Amino acid sequence: MSDTLAGLLQIALLFCLLAAVYVPLGDHMARVYSSTRHLAAERLVYRLCGVQADTEQRPGAYLRGVLAFSLLSILLVYLLQRVQQWLPLSIGMGPVDPDQAWNTAVSFAANTNWQSYSGEAAMSHLTQMAGLAVQNFLSAAVGMSVAMALVRGLIRRRSDTLGNFWVDLVRTVVRVLLPLSFAGALVLVAGGVVQNLSGLTEQATLGGGTQLVPGGPVASQEVIKELGTNGGGFFNANSAHPFENPSAWTNLFEIFLILLIPVSLTRTYGTLLARSGAGSHRHGLAILGAMATLFCVSLAATTAAEVHGGGAATQAAGAAMEGKEVRFGEWASALFATATTGTSTGAVNSFHDSFTPLGGGMVLFNMLLGEVTPGGVGSGLYGMLVLAMLAVFLGGLMIGRTPEYLGKRIGAREIKLIALFVLTTPALVLVGTGIAMALPQARASMGDPGAHGFTEVLYAFASGANNNGSAFAGLGADTFFYNTAIGLAMLFGRFLPIVFALTLAGALAAQQPAPVTAGTLPTHRPLFVTMVVATTVIVTGLTFFPALALGPIAEGLL
Amino acid sequence: MSDTDTLTPAPSGTDGSAAPAPSRADAAAGRLTARAVLAQVPAALRKLDPRSMAAQPVMFVVLVGCVLTTVYCVVEPSVFAVVVTLWLWATVIFSNLAEAIAEGRGKAQADTLRQARRETTARRLEGGVENVVPATRLGVGDLVVCEAGDVIPGDGDVVEGVASVDESAVTGESAPVIRESGGDRSSVTGGTTVLSDRIVVRITAEPGATFLDRMIALVEGADRQKTPNEIALGALLASLTLCFLLAVVTLSPFAAYASGDGSGPSVLILVALLVCLIPTTIGALLPAIGIAGMDRLVRRNVLAMSGRAVEAAGNVDTLLLDKTGTITLGNRQAHALLPAAGVTARELAAAALAASAADETPEGRSIVVLCERETGPVPPAREATAVPFSAESRMSGMDLPGGRGVRKGAASAVRRWVEESGGTYDAAVTEVVEAIAAEGGTPLVVAEGDGSTARVLGVVHLKDVVKPGLRDRFARLRAMGIRTVMVTGDNPRTAGAIAAEAGVDDFLAEATPQDKLALIRREQEGGRLVAMTGDGTNDAPALAQADVGVAMNTGTTAAKEAGNMVDLDSDPTKLIDIVAIGKQLLITRGALTTFSVANDVAKYFAIIPALFAGMAGYEGLGALNIMGLASPESAIVSAVVFNALVIVALIPLALRGVRYRAGDAATMLRRNLLIYGLGGLITPFVGIKLIDVVVSLIPGLA
Repeated sequence: MSDTLAGLLQIALLFCLLAAVYVPLGDHMARVYSSTRHLAAERLVYRLCGVQADTEQRPGAYLRGVLAFSLLSILLVYLLQRVQQWLPLSIGMGPVDPDQAWNTAVSFAANTNWQSYSGEAAMSHLTQMAGLAVQNFLSAAVGMSVAMALVRGLIRRRSDTLGNFWVDLVRTVVRVLLPLSFAGALVLVAGGVVQNLSGLTEQATLGGGTQLVPGGPVASQEVIKELGTNGGGFFNANSAHPFENPSAWTNLFEIFLILLIPVSLTRTYGTLLARSGAGSHRHGLAILGAMATLFCVSLAATTAAEVHGGGAATQAAGAAMEGKEVRFGEWASALFATATTGTSTGAVNSFHDSFTPLGGGMVLFNMLLGEVTPGGVGSGLYGMLVLAMLAVFLGGLMIGRTPEYLGKRIGAREIKLIALFVLTTPALVLVGTGIAMALPQARASMGDPGAHGFTEVLYAFASGANNNGSAFAGLGADTFFYNTAIGLAMLFGRFLPIVFALTLAGALAAQQPAPVTAGTLPTHRPLFVTMVVATTVIVTGLTFFPALALGPIAEGLL
Repeated sequence: MSDTDTLTPAPSGTDGSAAPAPSRADAAAGRLTARAVLAQVPAALRKLDPRSMAAQPVMFVVLVGCVLTTVYCVVEPSVFAVVVTLWLWATVIFSNLAEAIAEGRGKAQADTLRQARRETTARRLEGGVENVVPATRLGVGDLVVCEAGDVIPGDGDVVEGVASVDESAVTGESAPVIRESGGDRSSVTGGTTVLSDRIVVRITAEPGATFLDRMIALVEGADRQKTPNEIALGALLASLTLCFLLAVVTLSPFAAYASGDGSGPSVLILVALLVCLIPTTIGALLPAIGIAGMDRLVRRNVLAMSGRAVEAAGNVDTLLLDKTGTITLGNRQAHALLPAAGVTARELAAAALAASAADETPEGRSIVVLCERETGPVPPAREATAVPFSAESRMSGMDLPGGRGVRKGAASAVRRWVEESGGTYDAAVTEVVEAIAAEGGTPLVVAEGDGSTARVLGVVHLKDVVKPGLRDRFARLRAMGIRTVMVTGDNPRTAGAIAAEAGVDDFLAEATPQDKLALIRREQEGGRLVAMTGDGTNDAPALAQADVGVAMNTGTTAAKEAGNMVDLDSDPTKLIDIVAIGKQLLITRGALTTFSVANDVAKYFAIIPALFAGMAGYEGLGALNIMGLASPESAIVSAVVFNALVIVALIPLALRGVRYRAGDAATMLRRNLLIYGLGGLITPFVGIKLIDVVVSLIPGLA
């Protein structure tokens, strides 16, 4: 079988798998977020935490819940890293440095999983399991809760509440993430992923020498790493490591896990709209259509760049295989890279730094789009909904009405929140990169000169501010400057948009929607999908064109 | 584009109801002349005041940029720097010019109105005695006397008498109107002239706060406030500006790193790039679009009390239309002749004609017209005696020489006359009469007698005549998603028949003012915006409740104060035009915003290669110079010049509004996206290239 055929079959198989679970999983989540019944386990949690599960929260209370919970998470993960040497399962690890501990704490609480540490060399098993793995569940659940609050804002009429954050959070973990993770972990273990509690063990090699081989609860970490679009690998090599991702089959399954929830959430959205009468399944499909269009274009471009990549070294080697695993090849590496940067995952099975300039530029561009193709769990949906509302505002005026989405008017207050949401991450990326390029000690971290070095820094801030977490290797990011600056980018890049999204949700929920007439902008047709795609690309493209020109474009056009 | 598929250009009166009002500002409505533009240059320069510029963040940023480049020019003069700086200043001035031209049109109209507000004196009644006082000394509640030739000194209601009044000073309509005490035609406007008779007016507005004063302030845009959508769009433009500001400011360290020696692009180039990227096109034209929208209404003789109302008009979901005057011609018209058994149509026509010969009411005239179609022209009978209509007899007719008489009237009255004259009333006629009534028509029975006997000749069917062309207009409104509801005092059956004929979506029969108010509230509960017209005092609550309430100028003061627009022509059909103008305003804003943003793509392709392709290691970026621009300097100058010229090129569009055709949202969106989105993407590539061909001839830039 040729590489091309294998690559195409792999992509087709992935799409079939996603199509198969789209409706059942999407509808399951719709039930989860609209049910009035509590499971026994959930009731126990509510009683222990003193949550009044049947009380609806106003936007302010919901937002305070999200922020307080996330702040507490950051503090806990920070503490755990700082005192891990005294705790069980320390496997001989010392305390993590303050700046790195701060960076890691923010990183995991913000669903970023930027890792300036090397997993097997810095974190104890307890830190990995009780700190990082727990955050992999919780930060993902926070994102999904916020998405549901925004959806409720669009659905509800003249309402001053958005649901209950604690209930959304607990249900996401109990009814969605835990069952899927359990099933997914079994598949991964069956596929050969390691799962034990041992530390480094000494093994004799075939060559007669000995080697220290690390063990650990890898499969259970791996599944939520992908499923929750977290991306923080158990090992430094992430999904390129054979213990995390042993074969082409586990590789495909991991990509499937990455896309599973972000894609299915658009069905949840459509189902909730259809059930409330505020819209239809086609509105969900339109959002998915915009995500899928961008994903497919990006995948095609990245794959083309990698497969036909130019450059003297590539020509000499016969293929752009530097930084890629032989067991995956170009096609599977490009697919994984597109999935991981189009979501906020940031797991890698190959090194983006070694991609061809245009291929690397493309995965960078995926992140700069705001990670909406299809985006992180929850954050992809609320990000794309905000972009859809921006498209409605830009194009909607052209039908002679003040713009509205699902009958909710996009007035001055709403557009200000939308603009702030859309402005936040570009500002963080540009300002962060600008400062880094202006500071000599920050420039010293760059592993390469010229355009490529610049791309490394731009990539680092894009990855942090957009909560991706993947790294364009080559940049020595474990310095005081980068730990602090990227920590701030991750913190603001995650929580400022959440503040704006929830405030927007509150403003929308309070409105009485206008009825749908022939004069209403159709927001469920292909034309609207085109508008959303164009808005997303043009707004991002225009913001980052100068920066991209000095990075990957300049490098690629040489 | 044919007239049939447009809504906007349909002037009032195309349906034959009222003669189109001569527009007061026909002169100002004309094309933009070079002279008119030049005349506004001083006003445009005055607007460079930073305090007034600060209201528009986009253009304020350009102004700050101009100051920076001017300083740069002084420090490091070069042909390139001077040319760029001059064009940046031109950008700001062009923007101010657009606003000044829009305002200038309003000022011309205001001047015409001011002539009506000349110094007048008033004959104030004080305890039954007339005292002549200056009009400016009048207070609310004063009674003044106006006789033929007097200028009415202030706004008020007629409390005594009836007079014909020339209101052309306010409405531009030269035909005199009747103003009388009591009822819905009692309000008079200061500045209008009494032509005949004598009236006593109670003043209802303080001097300086009259309708005329408000009109002047409105057309001048003296206290123009930003509308909700303008604020929203402004916020978006400001955030786009901020976005590009960040992109350009951070470009400095990026480029400094890339150059390898720490030298970044100059302030001049960064400012030029920034100005090209921020949405200056829409930012420059936004105020002009709003002013021009109000102006288009004024030219149709509609005064909007706020820009907010114009915008709301574009969003309207439901139109409440009064049946009489809006949907029907106001008077019933003869529609058919239905002869009784044994009577020919010609006989019936001749009798009906004779009975109506002296009837000057519109109904009577329409009977004459209809009958003459049957009989041909008939000379009036000599020595005939007209029997006028009275409330008691409920008949009218004619007594002809020789004892013969003809009558027409309500069935019961004619029946009594026939039976009293010794005839028998044909029972079959009763059936016809009932059938006509059931359809919502008015049956008029025609009979003749010669003193000894009498007989019924047949029935004239009078019906409400729906104005021609309305069905199409309602169909187009439906396509735009606007529901039409007819409001009438008729019974449901009659109302239903007319509603079906006119093609409205719904009707409210036997409507009281309370019903109307309740209907508006109900529609609004469902999230709909409602527009209506009204003139009576009891319309005032509904006018106030409606999102767009258009009061007729002939209406009462209460109605005019409750509504947020006043139609000086008192043509209720104009509501449809008002909606179209509101939509056109929003579309113009959207189209120019899209155009402005789409333009940026080409500007990047001009400027980015110009900035960086010369640096070692970045030569590849030269491939982005797909327009093949002559030199880095000419590329930057061309982009800046294009950016400034496009503002000028679009001023006429901003003032006129984009062409607007009624249609469903999806079709309209596709067309406008194609024209302004795709057009906005392609146009600057062509424009910048053409400008570059010229610019590259300038020594020092090539």
